Amino acid sequence: MKRQVVITGLGAVTPLGVGAPALHERWASGECGIVDGAGVCTAFEPNEFLSVKEARRLDRFSQLALVAAGEALGQAGWLEELPYDPFRAACLVATGIGGLETVENQHDVMRDRGGKMVSPLGIPQYMPNAGAAAIAMKFGLRGQSYGIVSACASGAHAIGLATRMIQYADADAVVVGGSEATLTEFGFSSFAAMQALSATGISRPFDLRRDGFVMGEGAGMLVLEAAECARARGAAILGEVAGYGSTSDAYHLTAPEPSGTPAARAIELALEDAGVTPADVAYVNAHGTSTQLNDAAETAALKRALGDARARRIPVSSTKSAIGHLLGAAGAVEAVATVKTLSTRIIPPTLGYEVPDPELDLDYVPGEARPLIVNGHPPVAISNSFAFGGHNVALVLRGAPA
Amino acid sequence: MATVTADQVETRVVETLASFGPDASQITRESSFEELDIDSLDLVELAQVVEDEYGVVLKGEDMKELKTVGDAVDMIVSRAG
Repeated sequence: MKRQVVITGLGAVTPLGVGAPALHERWASGECGIVDGAGVCTAFEPNEFLSVKEARRLDRFSQLALVAAGEALGQAGWLEELPYDPFRAACLVATGIGGLETVENQHDVMRDRGGKMVSPLGIPQYMPNAGAAAIAMKFGLRGQSYGIVSACASGAHAIGLATRMIQYADADAVVVGGSEATLTEFGFSSFAAMQALSATGISRPFDLRRDGFVMGEGAGMLVLEAAECARARGAAILGEVAGYGSTSDAYHLTAPEPSGTPAARAIELALEDAGVTPADVAYVNAHGTSTQLNDAAETAALKRALGDARARRIPVSSTKSAIGHLLGAAGAVEAVATVKTLSTRIIPPTLGYEVPDPELDLDYVPGEARPLIVNGHPPVAISNSFAFGGHNVALVLRGAPA
Repeated sequence: MATVTADQVETRVVETLASFGPDASQITRESSFEELDIDSLDLVELAQVVEDEYGVVLKGEDMKELKTVGDAVDMIVSRAG
């Protein structure tokens, strides 16, 4: 019998603002955080949230993670006092790349002023595990902590692994999520060279006119706890990580396997893990990147996993239409958005979706937010994440009882 | 190299340490690095500034002996002389 894993805290810093409520509320009201072809966290001013020492010792990706973690831990009621033996509280933070801005700056220092002037803070800032280290240190978490790297599936992998960690009783609680800050000239140039970025600068997943993704930055963090421990301490339960499934395409470095078979298998594994069927699924938070290939392969995968008829009846929307693609943070930020969707019973729309692609025939929630249909039981949703490298992850999330 | 005065070095050291986090008003010759929350990584950064400005090389073993801001200033001044 697996231990049940519940969610007791949510945090997010995104192009829609600082805070998980801002992410869901603004997206649901139709606001888009993308400006001039990039999803920048303009409301995030590091010195407003962090001490001088914290801010200068952390790359932006870790700063975002630390602030999102503070929000999640505040909601979970952990800030006054850690409610667990510190060695039973773990921390996993995903990132696609890590401290890219620091790498670039220190590389410039080396070129301009010589190797001896490279900062001793370079490595501890740009190492991809820096976010996990910063959070563990600040909040005194002494269980296992590390970074998780699988490009755009990183955040979802972290949540899956955190869930297994609790189920296997390696930890009673995990502070988990993902963070990314790659909006540098080099970051843009690199993704543009792959022709992955939208030339129009518009993120409109599943629309016929979609022409690539829009890069964004931000972080999403969740507090997961073993249900029995959360209940014993009287914590408010926001939802549950009910299922996790993950596969690999073993097909191409960047292109998704077009039939969606491996991605569909991840979805099927997650549903099986949660003990639910396609009939139970009330909402899908799509990976929906706004690239030609992803949105087609994801649609095929959903139909394959859920059955054609059932797939057409489930509302599917993409958070990336409102904030762009947060790469290694995407899976975590989108899990936060999905939990908020389940708890508020409001499904935000796929912004910018106006011209249907005749090949893509699911209900992509055009136009406006709509109510989530709940039939007596706590609602269940799928959150998908697919990555360069062919990594596929599906999470099944369940809302709290009304 | 132009002669540097203890005052000039002290001003530069205090300014550099203040950029690492502690409030400049808290930093005196008597302040210990421990109470200022200045750790070994900060001291390596300080050594880079000192080497760049005064040509004084401070190695890891030199830094270990430094307990206060005054210790650092004195060592830099004596070597820059």
